[in-house]
Order: sequence, then structure tokens, then C-alpha cells
Amino acid sequence: MLSFIGRSVVQKLVTLFFVSIVSFLVIHLAPGKPSQVDPLNPKFTPEMVERFRKEFHLDRPLHVQYALYYRDLFSGKTISWKDNQPVLKKIAERFLNSLWLFIVGTILTWTLSFPLGIRAAIARGGWYDRSTTFLSYFLISIPGFFFAYLLIIVVVNSLHVPVIGMNTFGIGDPPWYRALMDRVWHLLLPSVLGATGGIAILSRYVRSQMLEVEGQDYVRTARAKGVPEEQVHYKHALRNALLPFVTMFGLVLPGLIGGSVIIESIFSWPGLGRMAYEAILARDYPVILTINFISAVLVLAGTFISDVLYMIVDPRIRL
Amino acid sequence: MTEHKEAYPDRPKEMERPLVPKGSRLKEAWLLFRRNRLAFVGLVIFCLFFLLAFAGRILTYGTKPVFNPAQVRLQEKLRPPLSLPKLETLRTDEVPRLGRYLFGTDHLGRDVLARMMQGAWVSLTVGFVSVGIAVVIGIVLGGVAGYFGQHLVRVDQILCGLLVLLGLGLLGAGNALWGTILGLGGILTIALTRKKGRKRGGPSRPWWVRFFFAGFLSVDTLIMRLVDIMLCFPSFFLILTVVALLPPSIYNIMIVIGLTSWEGTARFVRAEFLSLRELDFVTAARALGVSNGRIIFRHMIPNAVGPVLVSATIGIATAILTEAGLSFLGLGVPPPDATWGNILADGKDYIFDAPWLTFVPGVAILLVVLSFNLFGEGLRDILNPKLRRRS
Repeated sequence: MLSFIGRSVVQKLVTLFFVSIVSFLVIHLAPGKPSQVDPLNPKFTPEMVERFRKEFHLDRPLHVQYALYYRDLFSGKTISWKDNQPVLKKIAERFLNSLWLFIVGTILTWTLSFPLGIRAAIARGGWYDRSTTFLSYFLISIPGFFFAYLLIIVVVNSLHVPVIGMNTFGIGDPPWYRALMDRVWHLLLPSVLGATGGIAILSRYVRSQMLEVEGQDYVRTARAKGVPEEQVHYKHALRNALLPFVTMFGLVLPGLIGGSVIIESIFSWPGLGRMAYEAILARDYPVILTINFISAVLVLAGTFISDVLYMIVDPRIRL
Repeated sequence: MTEHKEAYPDRPKEMERPLVPKGSRLKEAWLLFRRNRLAFVGLVIFCLFFLLAFAGRILTYGTKPVFNPAQVRLQEKLRPPLSLPKLETLRTDEVPRLGRYLFGTDHLGRDVLARMMQGAWVSLTVGFVSVGIAVVIGIVLGGVAGYFGQHLVRVDQILCGLLVLLGLGLLGAGNALWGTILGLGGILTIALTRKKGRKRGGPSRPWWVRFFFAGFLSVDTLIMRLVDIMLCFPSFFLILTVVALLPPSIYNIMIVIGLTSWEGTARFVRAEFLSLRELDFVTAARALGVSNGRIIFRHMIPNAVGPVLVSATIGIATAILTEAGLSFLGLGVPPPDATWGNILADGKDYIFDAPWLTFVPGVAILLVVLSFNLFGEGLRDILNPKLRRRS
């Protein structure tokens, strides 16, 4: 166990090092320079550009820039090129906004897909199974932005509630319960949209896992000795089918920063995805690289946690 | 069985002649396919989409296209679907080809039908070309990792490989001279020192020379770590970054989507090759002295192609969705050309007044992606030997 943890930490650090190089190269070798973003701006004189390049070390060779950037990142001193704000502070602010979406979306995904998948597996081949199968393909295939507009049309036309942004604009200082309801309404659509893909995929996975366990000998034995059907499904089968899902808690982690760019821009939600998008358009390299780095760390940490969890819950696994 | 007897009464009985499968594999697959109703519907939509895209390519391009997607008619803007044009306000060449606006017009009075037909070709080519790139990279890397995986890469080769990469990077950054020198030098060194490795690593050399020529990592480890590195990037974010930094062009989008989505295929192919390599028919081929290339292309790839085909079909669906998402954000094909994503993006400002601008492209994307997904799943069932009828 300890040797596995040691080996995998070293391996992940090496991967992370290469990820940092690749992302740095991808950004810096792409055509176009950050100092050329706004060539028509009269304030952008050649001297300004020169000062700008000096200020942000753009006149140094690439490997020096790389070292300088990661030195700044680890000492927490990276600043955004756009507004000279510390990058980590900007990210932390936006992260809190995205966190809302992430939490509600994850709760929706995990609470809805299990009942759907389990019921589909039990009623295998029936109309319920077939319609949930179709529904999950439908949800996987629908483009997020189209689904967003469908929901906006329905919700705005039938319920007459505002949905864009994080709060109703100009709501002033309402009593706390109004503010809470307002926040809930604004949170509802983006988090439902964020959860649809997850629900579709996870419920299929639950179904196939459940079907596999239902075919096992011990389930047949339980049935043969006269255990009531309910108990067979929920006690003998379900408990064993849940095993792989423990590891998926680790894989949820990258979603923390993944935050959908498209959904957040449609709903004007000031989250991380939208900030990343704005940074890309403005060629704000420190912000792009930092978000990229953090998300790589989360992916690696997620796989690590899921490996360890799997070893803990399943004694058959020896990594 | 009975059919054979009736058609050829003079044939020997079933038991006396060699047993061949009745009906070709294709026919069997077709029968299985017909039973899977959703997948069959998927195939039908898939074919319709093909026809529409090719028709769109032929009918909307050129100097005098049959359906003109760029024809602006400001007096006819935001007309609902199926509405008749006001003929008295239009010149003869502005009249829509079908006599009415089948899918309505957008905020500039352009015919949505013509724009949808133009966009269908974009979706089709993006889907197929990018998945083609991804599948080629995936099969090559996965195949090398699976077949030659146990070979060791020496330290000097890794260093030369890094030199080649550095050279390519310099080429990309505009330093042509040093880039070419480093790149060619690295490739040549690797090629020339490939066979002679054993002599130099002899025990008489000092330890650092031996280390330099020692086997360091297996090919398999190297490629799979590369896959791990690629999987660390959030893919839509990476695509968005690269597409935003590159000049806007449909080819860049295809290449970028292709270059960022090959990891799954590589893993599949590697796993298939690892298990196929141990099978008897490959051993037999090797014993007969069949060359590695022929074993790979003639014997192994046909057997490994099933899961690749399934993941490619589903990959096309994903690529179409990704392209639509990029167009929606305004990073796709540059404006005069229509794609389904940018029709929807243009229509979003009129969502309550002209909902067809949202619904027509949205439903079209949904149907096409759904059909690819259903067809891919059906394909998985067909290729699954457990479901094949044993009669």
C-alpha cells in the first residue's frame, strides 16, 4: 500500500511536470502575441509594448519565461496581465461562484441517476427500461446550449421567474427569504444543465453494473432460498453493485474547475469557466496557465484518490 | 438448410461437406441490426444527414448557387417557417428556390433552409475528418504500444527525441534554420544508432556511458504516459484555447479536435493488441516468417477494428457537438459561412420572437448526434460475439 502510494505520487508529479511544459509551449508557440491584442488602440505605442514586454518578461527566452512563471505560481505572486490583479485571488473569487453550481449539480446527478439506473436494471427490457435508455441517449446528444434555451423558454414563459445571472438585477435589499428564493431560481437552470450529461451517463453505468451483479451466483442463491424479491435487489445485489461507484467520488474532483464555459456564458454566471473563456480571448496567459495547472492537479489527485479508495473498499485489488 | 437443398438438390448432405457459416457475416449483422430498432432509426437518420450534407455542398457553393445561403433580404427578416415571400418586394433572383421559406428567415432575411444545408456539410466534414485524424493517431500509437511495447527505449534515443521536439518547436516559433538542424539531427541520430546499441553499452565503459545507452523505459510506458499527460487537460478548454489562439478556419478546428481526442482509441487498440499478440494465429503467422508489418495490418488490425469503429462513431457525435459549441461561442468558422452552431448563436437574441432560429438548428444537431450515438451503440451490439446467433 505505502509503496503503491509512493510510486504513484512520483509518477503523478512527473506527469504534472510534463503537463506544465506542454501547456506552456502550446500557449507560447501559438501564433499571435499578447502584446498584439489591440493594435488599433492609439494608446498602444511601441514604447508601451516594449515596456509591457519587459514587465512580463516576454523579451526573455522561453525556458526563462517558463521558470519565472512557475516560480511566481508557487510563491503565489502571479498577476493577471489584463488588470494586474493577483491570479490566485481572482480564481478564488470565481471559484466560490462555481462551487454553488458544482455542489447542486453533483447532488442532482448522484441522487437522480441511482434510482433511475436501479429501476431500469430491475425492469430490464420493460417499457421503463427502454424509455430511460432512450432518454439517456437523448440527454447525451442534446447540445447544452440548445437545451439551455429550451429550458429558458419554458421557465420564463410559464413560471415568470428571472434566470439570468446570479441575482435579479436591482433587487435591492430584500428580506432573507426572498433573497434565498431568488438565488435558488437563478441556480436551478445552470445546475440542472450541468447535471444532465452526468445523469445520463451515470444512470447507464448504474444499470449495467446492477445487471452484472444480478447475474451472479450469489443473487441466484439468495432467490433460490426464498429471500423476498425486494431484499434480493436492494440487499444482495445493490450493495455489491455500489462498489465501483465509491471510486467515482475521486473522479468528480476535476469537475470542480471544469465549469462549463458555454452554460456559464449563456446564464452570465460569473464562474470559473467564463473567466477562463474571457482570459483566452484576452490572451491573459497567466490566468489560462494557472487554471490549466490547477485542473491538471485536480485530475491527477482525482485518479489517485479513486485508486486508493478502490484499494480500501475492495480487498481483491492489489495494485 | 432447407433452402440449400431446394436450390441445389444434387449437393451432398449437410454433414458430408465442410461446414461453412450459413449466410455471410454481413447478412447476419444486418439481421441483428434490424432487430435493434433504435439503432436502425439511427442509421436511417445518419443516411439522410449524409444526403443532406452532400446536397448542401453541391447546391449552396459556387458563384451562382441553387440555394443561396448568403442572400440578404432586409425587408423579409424574421419570417416564420413555411411563410410565403412577398413577391412584389423581391428581385427575381432573391425569391427563395422552393417558393416559400421552409424554415423561415433570420434577422438579415437569409433563408434558414439554405444556411442549414451549408452548415450540414461543415458538421459532416468536421465530424469525419477530426475523428479520422484521431483514429489514425490512436491506431498508430496504440498499435506501437501494444505490439512493440516491450522494447526498451534507450536514454540517448529519448534525448534525441526531445531534440526533435525542440526542433519542431523552434520551427513553429519561426526559427527555421536551428529548427531544421535540430530536428533532422535528432531523427538521423536515432535512425543511425538504432541497431548498434549493444556494443556500446559493454561493461568496459564508465558507468555514465553505460547509463547513456542503457534501456530506460519501455515503449509502452512512454506512450501510455503520453496518454496520461493528454488526459490531464480538460479537453473542451484545451480546444477552446488553441482555436482562439489560431487564425479562424474550419481546418484548424478539425485538426485541433483530432489532436485532442485520440487517447481513447489508443487505449482500446493497445488493449486489443496486447491480447491478440498472445493468440495462436499470430504465433502461427510469426512462425511462418510473416513480417511484422503484415502481421499488424493483415492479421491484427482487422481483428481489433470493432471497438475502434464503435468509439469512432460516438467520437463523430462528440466532435459535431464540440464544433457546434465552438461556433456558438463565436470561435468557429468565420461569419459569412453558416454552421449549425452559429445559426443558433445568431438566433439567440430573438429567442422569444423567432424561436425557429433556435429550434431548427438545435433539433438538427440533436437528431444527428443522437443518430450517431444510437448507431454506435447498435454497432457495439452487432460486433459483440456473445449476442450473435449460434445456429
